[in-house]
Amino acid sequence: MGRYVIRRLLQMIPVFFGATLLIFLMVNVMGDPIAGLCGDRACDPATAARLRQEFGLDKPVWQQYLTYMGNVFTGDFGTAFNGQPVTELMANAFPVTIRLTLVAILFEIVIGISLGVVTGLKRGRPVDTTVLLLTLVVLSVPTFVTGLLVQLLLGVKWGWIDPAVSPAATFDELIVPGLVLASVSLAYVTRLTRTSIAENKRADYVRTAIAKGLPRRRVVSRHLLRNSLIPVVTFIGADVGALMGGAIVTERIFNIHGVGYQLYQGIVRQNTQTVVGFVTILVLIFLLANLLVDLLYAVLDPRIRYA
Amino acid sequence: MRGATHAKWAALATAVALAATACGGGDDSGGGGADGIVSSSWGDPQNPLEPANTNEVQGGKVLDMIFRGLKRYDPKTGEAKDMLAEKIETTDSTNFTITVKDGWTFSNGEKVTAQSFVDAWNYGAALKNNQKNAYFFGYIEGYDKVHPEKGEATADTMSGLKVTGPRTFTVKLTQKFSTFPDTLGYAAFAPLPKAFFDDRDAWLSKPVGNGPYTVDSYSKGSQMELKRWDDYPGDDKAQNGGITLKVYTDNNTAYTDLIAGNLDLVDDVPAAQLKNVSADLGDRYINTPAGIIQTLSFPFYDDAWNKPGQEKLRQGLSRAIDREQITETIFQKTRTPAVDWTSPVLGEEGGFKDVCGDFCKYDAAEAKKLVAEGGGIPGGTMRISYNADTGSHKEWVDAVCNSINRALGDNKACVGNPIGTFADYRNQVTTQKLDGPFRAGWQMDYPLIQNFLQPLYYTNASSNDGKYTSAEFDKLVDQANAETDIPKAVGLFQQAEEVLRDDMGAIPLWYQNGSAGYSDRVENVALNPFSVPVYDQIKVK
Repeated sequence: MGRYVIRRLLQMIPVFFGATLLIFLMVNVMGDPIAGLCGDRACDPATAARLRQEFGLDKPVWQQYLTYMGNVFTGDFGTAFNGQPVTELMANAFPVTIRLTLVAILFEIVIGISLGVVTGLKRGRPVDTTVLLLTLVVLSVPTFVTGLLVQLLLGVKWGWIDPAVSPAATFDELIVPGLVLASVSLAYVTRLTRTSIAENKRADYVRTAIAKGLPRRRVVSRHLLRNSLIPVVTFIGADVGALMGGAIVTERIFNIHGVGYQLYQGIVRQNTQTVVGFVTILVLIFLLANLLVDLLYAVLDPRIRYA
Repeated sequence: MRGATHAKWAALATAVALAATACGGGDDSGGGGADGIVSSSWGDPQNPLEPANTNEVQGGKVLDMIFRGLKRYDPKTGEAKDMLAEKIETTDSTNFTITVKDGWTFSNGEKVTAQSFVDAWNYGAALKNNQKNAYFFGYIEGYDKVHPEKGEATADTMSGLKVTGPRTFTVKLTQKFSTFPDTLGYAAFAPLPKAFFDDRDAWLSKPVGNGPYTVDSYSKGSQMELKRWDDYPGDDKAQNGGITLKVYTDNNTAYTDLIAGNLDLVDDVPAAQLKNVSADLGDRYINTPAGIIQTLSFPFYDDAWNKPGQEKLRQGLSRAIDREQITETIFQKTRTPAVDWTSPVLGEEGGFKDVCGDFCKYDAAEAKKLVAEGGGIPGGTMRISYNADTGSHKEWVDAVCNSINRALGDNKACVGNPIGTFADYRNQVTTQKLDGPFRAGWQMDYPLIQNFLQPLYYTNASSNDGKYTSAEFDKLVDQANAETDIPKAVGLFQQAEEVLRDDMGAIPLWYQNGSAGYSDRVENVALNPFSVPVYDQIKVK
């Protein structure tokens, strides 16, 4: 087990370098960011040259990348164009986005899995058909439509929530945005659980458990659900990364100053340091979440062994 | 048990994640009346909040509240009026003697002296400080020493600035510039306290100035709370208790928050909401002219676009654009069709005049004739370049192209050429990579006709991106700058503008308005000619 974890951690190193290099190159392809700093007019050449020097943009790309990586390992993620260190931006943005992601994941687990179990057990019944239809609707409506609609109805028309989240972004403010963010994944989780449950319901070990005279509750929760959760856990694990990086739309709609917003601003202002820094951390989170998922397999299915 | 250990690890990881995010926050709410707090939408300033480093409106809002310079532009008329300046004297339009009024202090108690100005200006001009507005000091003697175009600076201070007394200093310019005093209302010319030079980082995290507001708290990227400064010595004291600027991720969200009653002022009504704005806000919507003009520039550096006789082509293209229709349908009248190369905020005295005449009026037949006389569009098709990331430029560029294609009866005459990001767009513009017309927007620095002409069309001027050049135009601008009689100077600038018209050095499209909406909690809301809300005049009911 320990060796397995170490091997996985070592495998992360090339993935990490590859991913950061790719992002670095992509941001560089967009061109010289200094030209955008002076509005609709030309920066005066001397100041522009000095800024380029200060941000290291006058050096060849490989050298910029090496310097950047060197700094990253000493904890220096560079400075954004507005003079703030990127680490400061991260310290502000990540807690907010992590809270939002937690709310979203919680919705996925609680609502998604419960609905999945119910529909999986009652396949073909009206409940099943209704939920399937609902998930289809959720899946086919883009997040920004759901977001704007919910914001307009709950925030403006009925006044149940504030349409914009305050900078503090506490858990209670994030419930509605979290639900919007989770909506599509929630539908997937429901469908995944449903299929999995429906399939395993007819498995031998379930029949044995029922024949043994175990109460229905125990059969479902201990035997059926536990085995059916493996694909769902894989999905949710991969979704953690996707939710954190992909919250750009939801964060913009609900005024959440999180990772998505910082990334968006970084891209619009072509700020290499911000974009690469945030993506680097996201890559790490994604890798760790995947490792956690793989470890969880063994919890769910004791037959799985690591070596 | 194997499974149980795994579960423990997983639970531990989750607990750490939870602990890392635990955090709380409060909410603020202002009272009413003279001490009421006004909340206003904001965007994260692009640059550090220094006077000589702020060149966009979000940072400009803050500077306008916490700083007062030698001059201040009247929020209504745009006229430059003395603020901290007791008098600015000159006999030759080159040497100026400036006297600072007595009794002014920064909000930390330090006196505002001649030295406060000279130090601030020298700081703003010095190359080593990377100030993006450094070029404002370019007329002052010695600027080329502290800010050389190449290499290291050879001096720390400009030789043209001399402190001659506690409240007096002299400025020597490198050329005659009669309207120089009127430029001193720009934020870059604000004074700076000693605290700034002692500890710049501390100052930037909580700026201290001499304006009617003081910064109470500032959390970068999310919110700034400004409080009224009760001991403010000026006569434009704040009429409210303070302003809370809130950063919004999107102007649509800010607008929604205004409609829901959580925000008092939005100074950027999103284009998508313009149709609903009168239903949502009624008379609480402002749409007033701002000192911004949009034009189409031409690549004069490209031989295909720089042939003799092509002024007819450019004039023809100008006549092929139906400005009335585009401003009405696409911009919902938040733009006004242009009739010259300046802005209506200058007023007639300032030089705003219908110089363009028929050349800015839509006439398909005439347009077709002129384009043909001018040799037709080079290559048969022209691409109008614009940045696609902000400002809904795509809509109007497509509309302009449609208008041109329709007028010329040629579906291939004009197409849009979107460029992904603003930075990339500006990069291609400033390095002369574009081979067709491109969009240009100009926001005035100060309300003077000079500012709309010289930086944009003078040979090799800083923002002359299309490299337009005309000896006649340059000569008239030089004469106008040397003219001490202001009305005469304005007249000479207008003559220069006529030269520009005959060449059609750039096609004027429309003047941009500032738009804002406010809640029923506040009144007396207005935008100044820079489309910044006049915060100090807002009253809370």
